[in-house]
Amino acid sequence: MPILIVGGVIFLIALFVWSLYNGLITNATQIDEAWSQIDVQLKRRADLIPNIVSTVKGYAKHEKSVFENVTKARSALLSAETPEKMAKANDQLSGALKNLFAVAESYPQLRANENFLGLQKELSDTEDKVAYSRQFYNSTVMDFNVKVKLFPNSVIANMLGFKERPFFKTDEEDRKSVKVEF
Amino acid sequence: MSIRSQIASNVVKTYVIMTLFICVVIGLAYVFGQATGYGDSYLGIALVISFASSLVSYFWGDKIVLAMSKARPATRKNEFDFYTVAENLSIAGGLPMPKLYVIEDSAINAFATGRDPQHAIVCVTTGLLDRLDRREIEGVVAHELSHIKNYDIRLMVVVAVLVGTVAYASDMFLRNLWWGGRDRDNDDRNSGNVFFIIGIILAVITPLIATLIQLAMSRKREYLADASGALLTRYPEGLARALEKISKDKEVLEGATNATAHLYIADPFKGKSFGAWFSGLFDTHPPIKDRIRILRSM
Repeated sequence: MPILIVGGVIFLIALFVWSLYNGLITNATQIDEAWSQIDVQLKRRADLIPNIVSTVKGYAKHEKSVFENVTKARSALLSAETPEKMAKANDQLSGALKNLFAVAESYPQLRANENFLGLQKELSDTEDKVAYSRQFYNSTVMDFNVKVKLFPNSVIANMLGFKERPFFKTDEEDRKSVKVEF
Repeated sequence: MSIRSQIASNVVKTYVIMTLFICVVIGLAYVFGQATGYGDSYLGIALVISFASSLVSYFWGDKIVLAMSKARPATRKNEFDFYTVAENLSIAGGLPMPKLYVIEDSAINAFATGRDPQHAIVCVTTGLLDRLDRREIEGVVAHELSHIKNYDIRLMVVVAVLVGTVAYASDMFLRNLWWGGRDRDNDDRNSGNVFFIIGIILAVITPLIATLIQLAMSRKREYLADASGALLTRYPEGLARALEKISKDKEVLEGATNATAHLYIADPFKGKSFGAWFSGLFDTHPPIKDRIRILRSM
């Protein structure tokens, strides 16, 4: 009899560990997928920038420092690897772009340029995409972290080597204020 | 209430209504069975008929609706805002990209259909694309995607099966009284007598009640889609502004019928109301004013 009870308890524990492990692995895979989505969108955003810079340059050659800042921020973004660094580089790029568009504002011909307007539309859409993929990433990370932190999961997750994942944090205002609307 | 607690409360209310509904169907079948002495066969037959008709709408409903409303596919080039906004919100919700369609109609409206996220379709009118800005379109598309994400189309099909079952069962019961009543008189009149009277009353009332439950359910799901749409965009104001524009727009959507009315973002008939206190009971959608007020309080 006692053997049966002990065996049953061990079986239940094994079942719990097994399902927790699988659940966490599923979540972790989702996080990685969500992360690669952000990565794709950030690259897309970076790809648009040389075009925009060269279009603006055509009308406003002497605003050198503005272009330099944008280019610098862009390469910082492309070389960033961890979520924290990427978020920071992304914020910097947003700031630099804001200046670029502020400069563009004072060139009426540029504002009427169809190519420029098209690029602007694409860029603001890509910014939406970055924001939304970040939102999805953060919500999957939150699900994972809650699971890892709650007791008794925390004990087992710790033994299995699962750790909390970092959020993709950013300046709260970035989402709406960087909208490049004229 | 916060967005998340609104979603939770709407989900609970939906389950309560569903449970009530199933109780009504079972009770009805029991009474009819007792009244006629046929046992539970009523429920069985009615369920089969109603299930078969709903199966068709479940698997081919999307194509039927699109054909009926003469929709054409949307492209990234021609409908840039609509297309990209749908792309973005699918990313946000972790959903596959839905198929997008446009209806040539100057009324402002939109609907979603499809039995699961893999077969989802979002359709908007050209009037909506012309008169709403990007943030407002985003609010509308988020509302529609939420219907898909919450499996509302599937749910409403289940509800339609139940309503249909009640209607068929009542109908069969009343016909049976007409044609088969006489034989029964001779057998055991006493045992079925009470059930007999209750049965007649129920056969008249329950189809109406079932329809009212269906409509109440539809309204709950609208509030739910508003709330979960706001959770996707994190910007309830976009949908609130869109609804404001829709409520000011007086045009009626031509392609809409009674059968498809609950799919749209706002009542396509613009509430041809009875002008009485109970008129709200017969609406597929909650009053736009209330929806805007709730969105603005999030």
